[in-house]
Amino acid sequence: MNKREGRLAKQNKLRQLLLSSPYVLWSIGFIILPLVMVVYYGLTSRDGGGFTLENLKLIWEPTHRATLILSVQLSVISTILCLLIAYPLALALRSLRLKSNGFVILLFMLPMWMNFLLRTIAWQNILEKNGVINMLLSAVGLPKLNIINTPTAIVLGMVYDFLPFMIIPIYNVLSKIGDDVIQAAADLGANYFQILWRVILPLSKPGIVSGLTMVFVPSLTTFVISDILGGGNILLIGKVIEQKFKMANDWNAGCGLSLVLMVFIFICMAIVQKYDKDSEGTSVW
Amino acid sequence: MKKGLLVGVLALGAAMMFGGCGKEYANGEVVVYNWGEYINEDVIEMFEEEYDIEVIYDEFTENEDMYPIINIGEVNYDVVCPSDYMINRMINEGLLAELNYDNIPNIKNIDPTYLKSAEEFDPGNKYAVPYCWGTVGILYNKTMVDEPITSWSAIFDEKYTGEILMIDSVRDGMGIALKYLGYSMNTAEESQLEEAKELLIAQRPFVQGYFVDEVRNKMIGEEAALGVIYSGEAIYTQRENADLEYVVPEEGSNVWIDGWVIPKNAKNKENAEKWINFMCREDIALMNFEEITYSTPNAAARELIEDADIKNSTIAFPDAVTLERCETFKYLGETEEVYLEKWNEMKATQN
Repeated sequence: MNKREGRLAKQNKLRQLLLSSPYVLWSIGFIILPLVMVVYYGLTSRDGGGFTLENLKLIWEPTHRATLILSVQLSVISTILCLLIAYPLALALRSLRLKSNGFVILLFMLPMWMNFLLRTIAWQNILEKNGVINMLLSAVGLPKLNIINTPTAIVLGMVYDFLPFMIIPIYNVLSKIGDDVIQAAADLGANYFQILWRVILPLSKPGIVSGLTMVFVPSLTTFVISDILGGGNILLIGKVIEQKFKMANDWNAGCGLSLVLMVFIFICMAIVQKYDKDSEGTSVW
Repeated sequence: MKKGLLVGVLALGAAMMFGGCGKEYANGEVVVYNWGEYINEDVIEMFEEEYDIEVIYDEFTENEDMYPIINIGEVNYDVVCPSDYMINRMINEGLLAELNYDNIPNIKNIDPTYLKSAEEFDPGNKYAVPYCWGTVGILYNKTMVDEPITSWSAIFDEKYTGEILMIDSVRDGMGIALKYLGYSMNTAEESQLEEAKELLIAQRPFVQGYFVDEVRNKMIGEEAALGVIYSGEAIYTQRENADLEYVVPEEGSNVWIDGWVIPKNAKNKENAEKWINFMCREDIALMNFEEITYSTPNAAARELIEDADIKNSTIAFPDAVTLERCETFKYLGETEEVYLEKWNEMKATQN
């Protein structure tokens, strides 16, 4: 008996190893190794290669600090906007109780099948001075809007590009909340807002957290959207890092700044996760 | 192994592109690395047929993209076409091989003026043969400004708030400010760079945006009155919108030259020299000029241009007086980072 169990366990282990090996190889080659290189470059000096923290300290230079602050501001704004748009929409979708939710998901996924750059450039044409929106406005005699090449345009671009990443996880979680839970709350006398606030919201937190992460991280590090819609007017931290690699040819500084950004994202995520866990303790469960 | 694979993939791509699948070439191959959309593609086929050499053709978008690839030397390119300051840098770092002019007799077609300009970054013309050249200047819409533009002062003028497209390139942008202030575009003086930065910060509120490639279409679409642009793009924009006019401002500007060079680790140096010689042949240079509209330094090719307007165009071929006011960029080593720093300080200023 014991022997057999041992053999089974061994077989299981082997199977696990085999099944996971493609991904393990992938992650060693394309995630861990590059990460090690980023850490190595980030913590060594450009001349000589001795250990140094200089590359990390670069973030305190006024220019870099300003771009980081601006990047955080814009990405926080777009993340919040995404949440405010996505949550009610996900709620509405849930209450529709569609038989095949595949269709609904398709509606959000469809634009993502087109290249993300292409869609951003399309926004440029829409928002331009002589673009689609302004043509329509002036056709009906209204004054032109001046959105292109401003932070507003960048936030708009981020919200548009990353909204599906917020909707899908929230919708997934909401659609799994059983009707019986809600009916039970209603039976016990809760009104709609109490149900929303004290039942649905706490239960959907994992979806919100993963949505926040999936929108915040790419917004914080993007340099393409700010290039295309900001008209080079708005310098974000992602662009600064790109320049360190390509123009200054200073990989150490680029990696150093990337490390700071990574740590920054870790901290932000830890705060969100912690808040998530804390509130779970005080929830109805 | 890895190298072989990469070259193999490139070769396959080239073979599919030019339909030379399965063809044998008696004289080997030449691996070319050029800017995107910077050649008449028929020329490549002509070279293959005439010399029986297979051309493996690859493209880059920026000098800075090309540099690390040559520097690391993972792929052996035989002939590359960088810009002046990058050639300067590659010479200084010992990445280039000296040319054997016995194999490049067509050098006689190149106007000596340009060979002399090229000496600024390649003393003695040992490493580079000029391929295309041009200036940086202001493209403006005659119907949207109320005086002829002659000076850089126009793009620093409050009057044109929101109508200015500035160039989003560190060396060009800083260079313009330096020129307007009366300094050299290659200065290493911290105080002059600081002054240029302050000027650019003052200019920021007037600027609609900072662009490179987009300036062309935005000016054609009348999105702005003034834009900083490379001369090669100007001819194209005028064909599309007759109200546009190009000027090299009186304070002077940047004149740039892109040239063919051979990396030290090239495997087919003689074939590369044959390629360079072929590019200098007048009919080939003419074909390239007509396709890409960037000015050719090839005097014999210019003679062959039939359209008198283009042949005598001051955009394609500015007069000597204009050129005398212009400078080529030199590679500045560590100082390049100061340029980038100042530029970013300007970009990060919110005013």
